[in-house]
This record gives sequence, C-alpha cells and structure tokens, in this order.
Amino acid sequence: MAAAVTQGIGATAALSSANSNKFQFTTRRSLSERKGSSIVIRSDGNPRAGLNQHSNSTRQLVTNAVSTKPESAAASTVSKPGHELLLFEALREGLEEEMDRDPHVCVIGEDVGHYGGSYKVTKGLADKYGDLRVLDTPIAENSFTGMAIGAAMTGLRPVVEGMNMGFLLLAFNQISNNCGMLHYTSGGQFKIPVVIRGPGGVGRQLGAEHSQRLESYFQSIPGIQMVACSTAYNAKGLMKAAIRSENPVILFEHVLLYNLKERIPDEEYVLNLEEAEMVRPGEHVTILTYSRMRYHVMQAAKTLVNKGYDPEVIDIRSLKPFDLYTIGNSVKKTHRVIIVEECMRTGGIGASLTASINENFHDYLDAPIVCLSSQDVPTPYAASLEEWTVVQPAQIVAAVEQLCQ
Amino acid sequence: MAFSATTKIIQPMCINSARSPDKSDTCTKLLSPSSFLGSNNKQFSINKTISPLSRRSATVVAVSSDVVKKKKVQSNPASNLLITKEEGLELYEDMILGRAFEDMCAQMYYRGKMFGFVHLYNGQEAVSTGFIKLLGNRDCVVSTYRDHVHALSKGVPARAVMSELFGKTTGCCRGQGGSMHMFSKEHNVLGGFAFIGEGIPVATGAAFTSKYRREALKEDCDDVTLAFFGDGTCNNGQFFECLNMAALWKLPIVFVVENNLWAIGMSHLRATSDPQIWKKGPAFGMPGVHVDGMDVLKVREVAKEAITRARRGEGPTLVECETYRFRGHSLADPDELRDPAEKAHYATRDPITALKKYVMENSLASEAELTAIEKKIEEVVEEAVEFADKSPVPARSQLLENVFADPRGFGIGPDGKYRCEDPKFTEGTAQL
Repeated sequence: MAAAVTQGIGATAALSSANSNKFQFTTRRSLSERKGSSIVIRSDGNPRAGLNQHSNSTRQLVTNAVSTKPESAAASTVSKPGHELLLFEALREGLEEEMDRDPHVCVIGEDVGHYGGSYKVTKGLADKYGDLRVLDTPIAENSFTGMAIGAAMTGLRPVVEGMNMGFLLLAFNQISNNCGMLHYTSGGQFKIPVVIRGPGGVGRQLGAEHSQRLESYFQSIPGIQMVACSTAYNAKGLMKAAIRSENPVILFEHVLLYNLKERIPDEEYVLNLEEAEMVRPGEHVTILTYSRMRYHVMQAAKTLVNKGYDPEVIDIRSLKPFDLYTIGNSVKKTHRVIIVEECMRTGGIGASLTASINENFHDYLDAPIVCLSSQDVPTPYAASLEEWTVVQPAQIVAAVEQLCQ
Repeated sequence: MAFSATTKIIQPMCINSARSPDKSDTCTKLLSPSSFLGSNNKQFSINKTISPLSRRSATVVAVSSDVVKKKKVQSNPASNLLITKEEGLELYEDMILGRAFEDMCAQMYYRGKMFGFVHLYNGQEAVSTGFIKLLGNRDCVVSTYRDHVHALSKGVPARAVMSELFGKTTGCCRGQGGSMHMFSKEHNVLGGFAFIGEGIPVATGAAFTSKYRREALKEDCDDVTLAFFGDGTCNNGQFFECLNMAALWKLPIVFVVENNLWAIGMSHLRATSDPQIWKKGPAFGMPGVHVDGMDVLKVREVAKEAITRARRGEGPTLVECETYRFRGHSLADPDELRDPAEKAHYATRDPITALKKYVMENSLASEAELTAIEKKIEEVVEEAVEFADKSPVPARSQLLENVFADPRGFGIGPDGKYRCEDPKFTEGTAQL
C-alpha cells in the first residue's frame, strides 16, 4: 500500500497563492493576553468549490469566496429558492435555530459571547440570548469542557467551542474520560448530549500548534461520534444534527473553509450524522475524503476528467463511525480506493479507514488502497514547506493515474 | 465605570488544628474587589430577563471552626443543643452504615468477591454525613474514587452499591462502573471518578445547570452541588480553574476538601507549598473555611451555612475538613509510611465515638437505642452482601448497550442498516 507522495506543486500555486494577500486582521481588543491565534483570518478557502453535480442548486463558480459584493450575489439570486451565505454563517444559523427551538441549548467557550467567536460563528448570539446562554469562559479548556459535561449530565445541551481545535488537547482528559465514558460507566444513567466544535486543520501559516488535526487523536475514544463539515450546506445540517443527538459529538470545522459561499435551502433541514455524502459519482476509482481535502480532490477531479478518468468522490463526513454502506457500495463499483485526508500519516483517519475497508470489502478490491495523508511533521510556518505537508491536487492526480493503469 | 471598593481585614484567627506547621501565620486573606471581566466601554444590551453575570465586588470572610466551637460551649445543654434526637439518630445511623459497609468491603475484597482498586472511607464518615444529610434529593453530589460512603449517605441503597462492587448486573451502574464509579440518577450522585480533580468540573457543571435553570429557564431551582475531593487534588489545575469559574459566576456549589493529610504515600506537607487549603478560597473570591472533620456536628454547622449561602445565590464556599483515613489509601496499600503515633492520635478522634459520646452525654438517646441502630445496620450490610452474592453477573448482551445513549452512533454497516439493528448487536457478539 504505497502512499504516492509526489513533489508536484504546479497546480497548487494558483490555488493557494491567488488570494493570499486578502487577510483581514481584526483586532478589537488587546491581543497580548489572548493565547494562540491572535488574528481573525479571513482568508479564502478553495475557490474552486463548485463541482457538486448533484445538488439541487446550480453552483456558481466563485473565484473569490470572500466575496460579499452585492452585484455578484444579485446575479445569482434572482429566481432561485434558498439563501446564500458563508459557511460560518451557516453554522451560526444552525446553532441559532437550535437555540430557538430548545432553551436548554447553550454555548460555552472562549470569546463566544461578547466577541462573537474568534471565527464569528456565534456573532450576535450573546446579544440575543444573554451572557448565560452564550457563556464567555476563562481560559481553562479542561475545566470548562468538564463543566459542559456536568451540565449535560444534569439536563442542559451545551455546545462547547474550542477556539482552535488544538486547544482541546488541554481538554483531552475530560473528553476522553468523561465525555466518552460516563454514559457507560454510569450504566446508562446519564447521557452527555454535548457538541464539541471548533476550527482545526492546516491554515495559512498558522504554525505547528494551530494547524493540528485532532480527529486522529480522538477517534479511539469509545462513546463519542465525530463528524467533519465541508460545505455551508452540510455545516448547518451537521450542526443541527449534532445538537439534537443524545450522544457526545465532535464537529470538526476547518479554518480555511469558513468563508465558502453557498446557497442553502430556506426550509429547515437536518442531516444524518452517520452518513457520508456522495459528491461526484463515477466509475473508475473511489476517492474518499473529508473537510478541506474535498476541495483539493475536486480540483484534481477536474483535471482527471479532462484526462478521461471518471472518479467517484465521496465526502465521508462521519469520521467515527464510518458509513460503510456508502463507502462499500462505491468500492463494489469501482474496485479501487484512494483516501485523501489532511490527517497525519500515522494513526490518522485514513489509517483506520484503510483497515476498515480491507476488513469489510477485501474481495472487491483490485488493488491495494492508496492513502494520501499529510506528512508526519509539525506543520512548518514557511509557506512553501507548509504547502508540501498537505496533499495537493497534483499528487491526487498522479495517484489516480498510477492506480488506474 | 467605577466599582466601589470595600476591603475588609479580619484579625487572624487561631485555627484549631493539631498540625498546622505555623500557628502564627496570618490566616487572613481578603478579596479585593474584582471588576467584571468584560468590556467596560460597551454597554451590551443583554437580554433584560437574564441577569448579567456578577459585576459586584465580593467581600470575603474567613471563618474558623472556633466560631462553631464557641457556639457549642455557649449553648444551653437543656434546650439549645446543636441537634435534635431524630437528627442525632439519623447522623449516627448514617455514620455507622458508612463504617460497617466499608469494613464489609474489606472483608469481601480479601475473600475475592471484589477486585481492582477499592478505596475505603473509614474515619472520614463525619464529612460525608455532616454534609450530605443536609441535602435534598435534587441536590447533586460529586465525589472521587473514595465514593462508596458518599453514595450511601445520599441514599443509594447499600445492596446497589455492594452489587456494583461485586460486578453484578444489579449494581447501581449495572456492574459497569465498579468501586470508583458510583453513579445514581435517582439520587443525583454524579460519580465516582478515577482521576483526581476530574469530578470538580463536572460538579461545577451541575451547579451551572442549577443557575441556568433559575436564570435562563426561569424555573424555581435552588439545587446545590457538593464536590468532594482530597488534599492531593488541591494542587491540581482543575481545582483552581473551577474555583475561579464558580466564584466568577456565583455558582451554587460547595467545594469540600477532605484533607486526610495523605495522597497515597505523599504527605500533604511534602506536596504543598502552603498547606492551609482553606486559604485558597479567598484568593479566588469565596469564603475559605477550616473545620474539624472528625466532628460531625462541627462539619454540619459549617455545611449548613455553606449550603444556605449557595442556595441563596451568594456563590461557592471552600470548606477544608481536617480528617483522617484509618485504613490505607486503598486495599492494596500496605500503609507503611504513616507514623503509628499519628494513626493512634486520630483513632482517639473517631467521629462515631465522638457522636455517641455527645448523644449520650446530652441524653439525646439511650445506649440501647444506639445499639439497636448498630444491629440494624449490621443486618442491612449483611443483606446487601447476600443480595450481591445472589445477583447475576452481566450477560454478554450487556456489553455494548450503554456505549451510546443513541446506539445509532455505532454507525451504518455494509448492508445499509444501522449496526444496532443487527440482532448480533444485542447479543454482544457483533463485530464493530
């Protein structure tokens, strides 16, 4: 099982450098005391977002995902149902709808209240619901996560925000021991309906500690579910599903995807936590991915289609448990699998997924599973090095070509 | 926006402690007013129906057990005792239950009926009884691994706890928790935690729910939470983080430190820069109280005040109970490090003996009545053992049942059905 990691950078240049000078630094108060990320980066996600051929809405090819210009929005809104918004707004919409629906839903985290969230997911909510329902905590991840768990055990439904997913490493004790285990060790007496969410993943030169992918660390914890959102549509749907779930759910967002613009339905909808999302049906190869890598995959898919390949792209969305039905059906059709993830090579989601597919669908595979993951390095600061740590579209193209020989 | 500053200095009080290393130490510490940690420039239009979080400066009083002692001495023995007869018997029965139960645990452990880590509470009964008997059913208790007696005091039946220890399916946690994880939804015992300090945030959360119910949901709720933990935990980050949050938001919680001087083999004095734990309360803006934890009546008086404070919405209290465990840290601990003289000293301060003496001296009850209680408890404990012995062990089908509250969390299998719909799932033989 070779992970083809080529040095192709070409196609990525356009992708990553196009809008690298569009950062907006929002400083609203003294930053020196804030640990970690002291800037709110409004950088683009992948501009080539729209290759989903099976969504009801016609996706506009947005070259600049930060666009808030009314002209371009007007052109697309004329006679279509639904409303356009950015991914972080979709998260907020989902959260707000759930907070309206159930007064037991509350938000706990650093700077979620008055500041509106470091990525603006909770903007305006404290004004609407008050300081108790949108609780600004001191910088004490382990304890406020534990507090959320105690609150969940006694009837509330907290949504815990990790300002950056990496900070939740400090809460690992509570997440592993209490969040995952208490329902079991109490013999089923107490349920822990918390949602733990926050941005993770490799951003734009955020440095090693702010570029972590915690899904690999948490995946072994029994008793929790993990989902990763990747579009405004599934972000809102998964947020609502996670809040309604009686299980503890960790919702992984990505720093670079918050400004993806999409049109989502006006009607209320809730997605299924355990299901994967078919992004692009195909015949030749199954590409399994999640979160930001979905966009790298779709970009590679464009190139592949031009070269005559027909990849099937599935956004697995549910990192734990895996949707083996959708995945299995795909494997049975294409007989070739490539996993593209941002997790590290060792012990990542891809590693588990590879094992799972081998175990369940071995007979249907014509070739060993290829797993493209990030390098096992602490994410470097330098842009060039950072680029090489994550999987780039050119590598995906090369891997498909090699697999489908 | 100016906050009025009120600083109160209280004269050092003599702490009635046989072992404070430094008696002349200034045992005062008062909170200087703290301003609300929010934006002072912007006036947020907070939802009017929800009271803003604390903006007031807090003044703090350091109380010493001398207050209680004085009270006791001054009370007229004829009509002004600290407890009534009913209360006295209730306290006595609870402490006897705790002691008898733990003694039986030791027996059962050495007979091979229970395994693993078992931590016994002998000697500390005054703390559990003194505090928990003041609570209502809706109030919550959070403990550590030394939790059998907390569960019993809160009302969990002895047979349920014993069954749990035997690992039987009739245990309070269906045999899945064990000695260190006693939970009861019915009696609001929120655990039972194996890692020290882990339960304190959970307790803080339960207190947060109480405040939330009252202020955000407008329910009539004044539930209080008690968090029990030891001296070793007081050096742990979670302790300090929760003291801060509880005081900041005036949560209805009482932090009860069972300072038995030893964290397994680590003496409190060797581990702590300032061993007077109660002092850490005022540093965070709450009263810090030190009480003789071998005297159930003193504990009860302090507990009354702390719990009432919390119920009134005045916020948390840190209560340091000086107590002692007569046995080792766990049944596996050879307990070689502790000085026999120290053990002998505390044996003379056995809380059960002390209460018995008080009850008899003040003619609250006769010896016969107390003996009757002891007999009754003996039977309760024996019955608990019998029940546990006869109870079935968990069946294989129980293995996967409680992993998720919603078993769809096991995901969708290759056949398109949820794994939990697989008949083998309930048998516990399903492959995940």
